[in-house]
Amino acid sequence: MSLVGHSSPPVFNRGPSPFTRFLVLVSICLVMLVADLRFRYLEVVRQTLTVVMHPVQLIAAAPVDFVRDATVYFATLVEVQLENAELRRSQLQAAQRLLRFEQLERENAHLRRLMEMADSVGVKSVASDILYDAPDPFARKVILNRGARDGVTPGFAVVDTDGMIGQVSRVYPVQAEVTLLSDKNQAVPVQVQRSGLRGVLFGNGKGPLQLRFILEGSDIKVGDQLVTSGLDGIFLAGLPVARVIEVEPDDDGFMRIMADPIGRVDRAIQVLVLGRETLPPGRPDPRTATLSGPESPLVEAGGPAEEQGD
Amino acid sequence: MQPTHRSNRILQPAKTWFIHFSLLVALTLNYVPTGRLVGVPDWVAVVLMFWCIREPARVGMGVALVVGVLVDIGHGAALGQHALAYVVLAYLASAVARRVLWFPSPQQALQILPLLLLSQGIMVGVRLLAGAEFPGWAYFVSSFTSALLWMPASFLLLLPQYQPVERDENRPI
Repeated sequence: MSLVGHSSPPVFNRGPSPFTRFLVLVSICLVMLVADLRFRYLEVVRQTLTVVMHPVQLIAAAPVDFVRDATVYFATLVEVQLENAELRRSQLQAAQRLLRFEQLERENAHLRRLMEMADSVGVKSVASDILYDAPDPFARKVILNRGARDGVTPGFAVVDTDGMIGQVSRVYPVQAEVTLLSDKNQAVPVQVQRSGLRGVLFGNGKGPLQLRFILEGSDIKVGDQLVTSGLDGIFLAGLPVARVIEVEPDDDGFMRIMADPIGRVDRAIQVLVLGRETLPPGRPDPRTATLSGPESPLVEAGGPAEEQGD
Repeated sequence: MQPTHRSNRILQPAKTWFIHFSLLVALTLNYVPTGRLVGVPDWVAVVLMFWCIREPARVGMGVALVVGVLVDIGHGAALGQHALAYVVLAYLASAVARRVLWFPSPQQALQILPLLLLSQGIMVGVRLLAGAEFPGWAYFVSSFTSALLWMPASFLLLLPQYQPVERDENRPI
């Protein structure tokens, strides 16, 4: 019993008032949101909880998997025959190109040895199926049926038979989440195949992609094919990404360039996850850089990967 | 406790394991990968609101936070997005609990509809602030299907608490 008033007896004492608890919990949520969206601190928590909840997710996905498998099983004979013919045709084409490719690769390795250049980047690829669209309606993402256990790493490019469709953004033990090219936060460093002009291709949520920051008067026109430039050190160079459909001058000195993805971004089912065997060396540290002299950091950066940056 | 405050049937107390079990079932249903299907109800929100209205002393904002985080994990959404929406939902649900229970089930559904819409609005606001794209107005259809779900859900979730009607000459009710 205090001097000022009288405190309630412990029978009625239920801790802080609902409004206080509400404020505390809301602030916890806000801190979580900022930590996750802005700083990506909570990936460890997310991974751990995903592993814990994996059995529940398996149970939840079972009926959907069943329906999908059943529709495949009951595909009509005509469809299968058509698909078979199509596959034979593409197999034949692929075989021709493969023969030439092997010869070119031998030749390339030989020439590189002669020129004493570093070996070209080793490629790691994982064949995978798209299981379903990610449930989050605020982003354009899909879920793959391969994960960390199969060697999928965040940052890998995802391609279908025609071209690139997205990038692995989050990896779970047996699944991976792919951000599609059309996602608003997805950017791909690209190069115009014809002229070598470099730029960054951004998703727009819906509709075509946009190639930004190309100065007016640059050498680009409708119909040009955009391929990955590989300058980011993550993607392999030369993957077909999009084809330019619209080039217009804009007010701000840059051009407004729209491009349609070449890969079937919204309809692909079988995909290949492609990435570099070894990560590129980290960026040279500006603090240790010397302004001149033979040991400039640029020379070291061109060598094989020794230390791996982020 | 009665089915509604106007009813004169006495219910058995809700069992703790059943509350947890129903939340787990709702969570599993939320995890079903429905892709871009429009109007999939938010099962967890409905079950959570049901218990917040029925048992405000046992299920409240703390449970809402935990369940919300688990939904975020399953959806690959921003961590805290559903948690925030569910905490607000739980707070408002326990605030309106005493009033809502005076009404029959369809009118209860009408009264929780604005709360569901508000929680979805919070999620949209949070994600738009973080720079995501607007998912379109069809996103809010989910609130209406959830409200429709309220009637069968509240019937099913109350079933274990009903006891057989025994006519006793010596007891008035």
